[in-house]
Amino acid sequence: MGDAEARSADDLLPEPEPHRVLGTGAEPEPETWPELYRHLVRGRRYNTQATVLTRQGRLAVYPSSTGQEACQVAAALALEPRDWLFPSYRDTLAAVVRGLDPVAALGLLRGDWHTGYDPRALRIAPLCTPLATQLPHAVGLAHAARLRGDDVVALALVGDGGTSEGDFHEALNFAAVWRAPVVFLVQNNGYAISVPLAKQSAAPSLAHKAVGYGMPGRLVDGNDAPAVLSVLRQALARARAGGGPTLVEALTYRLEAHTNADDAGRYRPDAEVAAWQDRDPLALLGAELRRHGLLTDDREAALRAEADDLAATLRAGLGTEPALDPADLFAHVFATPTPQLREQARRLGVASA
Amino acid sequence: MARALNRALRDALADDPSVHLLGEDIGTLGGVFRVTDGLAAEFGDERCTDTPLAEAGILGTATGMAMYGLRPVVEMQFDAFAYPAFEQLVSHVARMRNRTRGAMPLPLTVRIPYGGGIGGVEHHSDSSEAYYMATPGLHVMTPATVADAYGLLRQAIASDDPVVFLEPKRLYWAKGELEPDVPPGGQAVVRRPGTSATLLCYGPAVPVCLAAAESEAARERGWDLAVVDLRTLVPFDDETVCAEVRRTGRAVVVHEAAGFAGPGAEIAARVTERCFHHLAAPVARVTGFDIPYPPPLLERHHLPDANRVLAAVAGLQWED
Ligand SMILES: Cc1ncc(C[n+]2csc(CCOP(=O)(O)OP(=O)(O)O)c2C)c(N)n1
Ligand SMILES: [Mg+2]
Repeated sequence: MGDAEARSADDLLPEPEPHRVLGTGAEPEPETWPELYRHLVRGRRYNTQATVLTRQGRLAVYPSSTGQEACQVAAALALEPRDWLFPSYRDTLAAVVRGLDPVAALGLLRGDWHTGYDPRALRIAPLCTPLATQLPHAVGLAHAARLRGDDVVALALVGDGGTSEGDFHEALNFAAVWRAPVVFLVQNNGYAISVPLAKQSAAPSLAHKAVGYGMPGRLVDGNDAPAVLSVLRQALARARAGGGPTLVEALTYRLEAHTNADDAGRYRPDAEVAAWQDRDPLALLGAELRRHGLLTDDREAALRAEADDLAATLRAGLGTEPALDPADLFAHVFATPTPQLREQARRLGVASA
Repeated sequence: MARALNRALRDALADDPSVHLLGEDIGTLGGVFRVTDGLAAEFGDERCTDTPLAEAGILGTATGMAMYGLRPVVEMQFDAFAYPAFEQLVSHVARMRNRTRGAMPLPLTVRIPYGGGIGGVEHHSDSSEAYYMATPGLHVMTPATVADAYGLLRQAIASDDPVVFLEPKRLYWAKGELEPDVPPGGQAVVRRPGTSATLLCYGPAVPVCLAAAESEAARERGWDLAVVDLRTLVPFDDETVCAEVRRTGRAVVVHEAAGFAGPGAEIAARVTERCFHHLAAPVARVTGFDIPYPPPLLERHHLPDANRVLAAVAGLQWED
């Protein structure tokens, strides 16, 4: 454990410029790029539909990943089924791309349960709300898998603001000391609600923080889906091979407000948003695919239709009233409800489990 | 008692390969109270792990290990040093089963040496049980005997729910016999039957109450005092407690933790709600004062002792 080999800090430093694939003349990958694009189109539709449903009162709140879909999609696709994903409240889409039922994924934000899905079914930890607190879970789980001799890697997502939390620091330190097979993906979207990154960190980049823990930091263009996918795949392969954790910082932007309840106009100028709109991850990959003859109008139309189907599934699923049973309130607090909980369930007039 | 705890950990490690111990100085040193003495040597670093010094990180990674199906047992070095882990405990450990509709139980034990009376300097003598009791989803256990130290810790580790296991520091050196079986958690035990009044206590207050009950002063006053050891604060054994209070009609709750909004407030309320017509006097409380835990040279004024217990018994409206 912690068999620390001497490594030079230079080996751990992130690249000076964010890693990019699109627009660099790189050969397209016909097996992955069209699939990335398909999920980006579906993902964007998912985000816009969820936001609309929030306005209609069907969801309590929706922290949209609009503009960050490249990170969401790449995170999900980089993993093997046996691996684990540790999402935050912003990462519903990553969970859906990994295979979680698109309606069930919204339980937390609809408010019918505090997530409620079975994390073990698809190896997706519950969407986590307290910032960065999911990171030590990912480390512990990855460590446990390694102790058991299982070929399992964990990928944990966190925001730029979340990197200020103590749990971020402690998780990275544990991961490095234990050489846990875990990868941390920071989606740096420039803001923590209203607070810009400059008030969050004085580090040259968030990826630089890796060096102090003794793990490599990687910097990637978070709107370049093939770039995010390839950097994550390298980091995951490294972890899988026993090379230990990696911190990946993806530079991106949330095009929507923090949530539907937020007024982004109070803290960021329209021109800034417009500039990032020009770097929309869908447009970037779509244009490159077209250049290489990998995306036609027909294909685009088919993808839009598929995305519309997903939106219709959401509308249908959230259009009906959720099945709610107050007895559930007492059923899962303990393996066996305490006498006190049974009494309280009786008082509420519901059968106790 | 420390040896009984050590034995419980050793037996748990030997019986179940999914049990893993995590903590600060628990490996080579064997823990500052030697509760993990020899376990790293016997089971290896991966079963008994010296972690980086970061309590949130310890409990957070232990949570992840439990999510993968292991059964971590975390040692917090001292009561007050468990506070950095509070967020993980409250926001995740206590809620994971509920959050996932029972799909992901969290079998995890957090051992915390607690309480005063050992001359500790600041931050080494807190009684934090009220925080844990007030957090739905946690079991809270605290042994007062050597037999319970072994038996309850084995039960805690075997439990599919998270358990905060509070070890009374000043009883670490207490002597006693191991017993093959102790009553299950959630069950209070009558340590001394009595007919005049019932002393309700747990952990380090149990020997104090027994001393009060056995004292010359009690005998002189003609008091035959019952002593009930709660053993488990969550779930709370209303049944045994109320049966014992109804028998005597008088009750005193005794604990080291501060009285205001302390465990005794809850216990007194529960007893009053359930036993009102059997009570000859309001339920009294003997507790630590509502002050930050005192410096070691002053702690004897703060800690409930037999005299304060007897003074409270004397106030139970015997004249009526
Ligand atoms: C421990 C904690 N403190 C505060 C909050 C409230 N909060 C929710 S999101 C957020 C901003 C987080 O920003 P960032 O980590 O950059 O993620 P983003 O929302 O931009 O994806 C805050 C302060 C929280 N969820 N958890
Ligand atoms: Mg952010």
